[in-house]
Amino acid sequence: MGRIQLKGVRKAFGEVIIIPSIDLDIGDGEFVVFVGPSGCGKSTLLRLIAGLEDVTGGHIEIDGVDMTNVPPAKRGLSMVFQSYALYPHMSVRNNIAFGLKMAGQAPDVIKQKVEKAAATLNLSSYLDRKPRQLSGGQRQRVAIGRAIVREPKAFLFDEPLSNLDAALRVQMRIEVTRLQKQLGTTAIYVTHDQVEAMTMADKIVVLNGGKIEQYGSPLQLYEKPANLFVAGFIGSPKMNFVTGELARQQGAATIGVRPEHLKIERDGTGGWQGTIAVAEHLGSDTFLYVDAGPLGMLTARYIGELSLHAGDHVSLVPEPARIHRFDESGNALRG
Amino acid sequence: MARAHSVQRKTATTVACWLVGLVIFFPILWMAITSFKTELEAVNIPPSFLAFDWTIENYEIVQERSNYLRFVGNSILLAVGSTLVGLLFAIPAAWAMAFAPGKRTKDLLLWMLSTKMMPPVGALIPIYLLFRDFGLLDSRGGLIAVLFLLNLPILIWMLFTYFKEIPGEILEAARMDGATLWREIVYVLTPMAIPGIASTVLLNIILAWNEAFWTLNLTTSDAAPLTVFIASYSSPEGLFWAKLSAASTLAIAPILVLGWFSQKQLVRGLTFGAVK
Amino acid sequence: MATRQTRLLAHAATAPSTLVLFLWMIVPLAMTIWFSLLRYSLLDPGNESFIGLLNYEYFLTDPAFFTAMFNTLKLVGGVLLISVVGGTLLALLLDQPFWGRGIVRLMVIAPFFVMPTVSALIWKNLLMHPVQGLFAWIASIFGLQPIDWFAEAPLTAIVLIVAWQWLPFATLILLTAIQSLDEEQKEAAEMDGTPPLPFFFYIVLPHLARPITVVILIETIFLLNVFAEILVTTGGGPGNLTTNIPFLVYAQALLQFDVGGASAGGIVAVVLANIVAFFLVRMIGRNLEA
Repeated sequence: MGRIQLKGVRKAFGEVIIIPSIDLDIGDGEFVVFVGPSGCGKSTLLRLIAGLEDVTGGHIEIDGVDMTNVPPAKRGLSMVFQSYALYPHMSVRNNIAFGLKMAGQAPDVIKQKVEKAAATLNLSSYLDRKPRQLSGGQRQRVAIGRAIVREPKAFLFDEPLSNLDAALRVQMRIEVTRLQKQLGTTAIYVTHDQVEAMTMADKIVVLNGGKIEQYGSPLQLYEKPANLFVAGFIGSPKMNFVTGELARQQGAATIGVRPEHLKIERDGTGGWQGTIAVAEHLGSDTFLYVDAGPLGMLTARYIGELSLHAGDHVSLVPEPARIHRFDESGNALRG
Repeated sequence: MARAHSVQRKTATTVACWLVGLVIFFPILWMAITSFKTELEAVNIPPSFLAFDWTIENYEIVQERSNYLRFVGNSILLAVGSTLVGLLFAIPAAWAMAFAPGKRTKDLLLWMLSTKMMPPVGALIPIYLLFRDFGLLDSRGGLIAVLFLLNLPILIWMLFTYFKEIPGEILEAARMDGATLWREIVYVLTPMAIPGIASTVLLNIILAWNEAFWTLNLTTSDAAPLTVFIASYSSPEGLFWAKLSAASTLAIAPILVLGWFSQKQLVRGLTFGAVK
Repeated sequence: MATRQTRLLAHAATAPSTLVLFLWMIVPLAMTIWFSLLRYSLLDPGNESFIGLLNYEYFLTDPAFFTAMFNTLKLVGGVLLISVVGGTLLALLLDQPFWGRGIVRLMVIAPFFVMPTVSALIWKNLLMHPVQGLFAWIASIFGLQPIDWFAEAPLTAIVLIVAWQWLPFATLILLTAIQSLDEEQKEAAEMDGTPPLPFFFYIVLPHLARPITVVILIETIFLLNVFAEILVTTGGGPGNLTTNIPFLVYAQALLQFDVGGASAGGIVAVVLANIVAFFLVRMIGRNLEA
């Protein structure tokens, strides 16, 4: 009941092609995250699905029905905007009720639904306030309430948490995920933050320059990145890449190892040698930024506290099973 | 600046500013004072500022003139009427330019503003002749049309700037919520734009009320607004200063009040946004 | 943000305004150009004949035209000088902290909202009248001869009246501009120990350069068309001493009934205005992008 299919979807603004061609199949009830760097087209894609922009080519189907030329009001989707986009002149109650009012539902039905949505989101005591009297987190919840109350076929989220402070963001992340599981509605979520993507998604779409680099579950993207871009985008700190002789020895143009898969030995003789340039001690983790000479700067991660500091000499040994190999065009080599 | 300035300096500045303000305001003040004098008192030398017998006879005389109310009515009708007609054209146009701009939108807007820069004398003769031939001279309808055309560019421009300040995402949210274009405008856009529309209306009424080229050339009596009425005092009979003052005070008082509220709009509207 | 749907609607929404303004521009202009090529007098209707550019020749060689041109320039120049210099000084003054700002602002802004006919008559009669006017009385207190403004210096009188009306406009614009001067810039200058005069010349004035230009351009557009004040005080006289281009055109058309000649004059006025408008539109255009 919330299956969304993109077939050859293409978007150009005049001469500039933002999205050359995208095929995507999103199953009912799935939480799919569009992630990628700025300008990769993720927001544009979301807006095409919403109907706020016209496609230049291709089709968009919702539950098997071609919605390519259907206006946004009639697609049965809800959107939560980055800036919340609440109606400033209406109370919270009326903000949430607006969509139902447009659909022509009876006043008592509206009242009931609004109150239920408000209760789910802990907004019941704010129903008669205006948006300007609410905090950022509260406004975000009103925006979500407005979206869920219409029982749409799918939720569309456009970087909804970017305007919140860090602590609130973590909290809201959990609430949104929990809500979606509870309602079972398909959700498409756009973010540039790969941590949000990894923690919230059932499936992730990594976009770059209007193309899908990989579409898979978070773990799939982490353990089996399809190319250099995905390997470098997913995971923080970034994967270490080494080219040259060392890569050729492994039969690849580039090899990659994640910082957490490097064994750190003080004054060790094996592996990759280097001097620590910066050591970050978080208590829960230790990050070492190591100057490995011809190999460049390498990042290593230790879980727990490691008493090493800038200037210390270390050797970093990659776990053999965790070395990723990539060919000249950047694609992963498997097997 | 959040630091304390010496009280001395503030006092000196206060005196200077009040002096300047009073000097500039003085003609209006003097006119208002004169309106309460008798005609003989008004031309008396040396003039008295406060110590005279205040009377409201001039206001009574002016208002008793049977056609005075007609002039007032015309001013109101022309100012409000041309503004309302203007809004009918300007709101959709400004909406389109602000929310659905095309490649040419900016040029179109600039061109519209440039029509306001055309010297009225360039159009005086044809308009006068056309009006004469179609029986529009001294007609309220004809003048409303002219004032409407005169101020349409400013209406569109100001509404455009106010609409632009409305976040587009809120209108998109309305669309996602199932609102058709009409409902989007009625339920979301207009309520949010009301302060901007009110400001624009205010400024437009002021500009139309004070318009003194077309009103002077295209009307004589039936459709003549207050600008013409006051102009008739330029060749009067007998003593008239006190009456002129009373009539003038009545003519400008409402606009001074409106003007006080519309200072910001003035900057926005008449500099065409070239000064922020 | 616009889809195909909304774009079509957008065209439909702007079309009426565009059409109406287009007609308002083109029709009178075209007719004026046409008339300017005819010998057309309202005293002798039905006997128009095509005479090409003769009207322009007559108009541009008529000594009245030169007088009107000079008067226009003097009027515009005089008012600009008073309003811009005065406006800048006033804006600087009013930007300072003092008590009763709201009221003083109201007093300074007020003249702009007074209708031109009222301004003109109040100044002419209550203030400038050589016998019973206030200025005459003030002059007599100082033992000076009162000036008969409209006989001795009619154009100056008009300049004063119009400048009084436009000074508030310049002040308001420049005050707004001064107040938009970044607070942090002011504080940086203070940290650098900048004394007031250099502060004014190196920081405030450059910041004001753009708004001053805007004020000059906009005022010029409107000042080229001063009419009511002249009509109501001097009727263009004595002689041609206070006739400017708009008044000359008006006089020729509606007083001498020479439609042909007046139309040529009207076109001359349009050309002049277009020159100023060109620069102003460019400035606004640049700002629209910003």
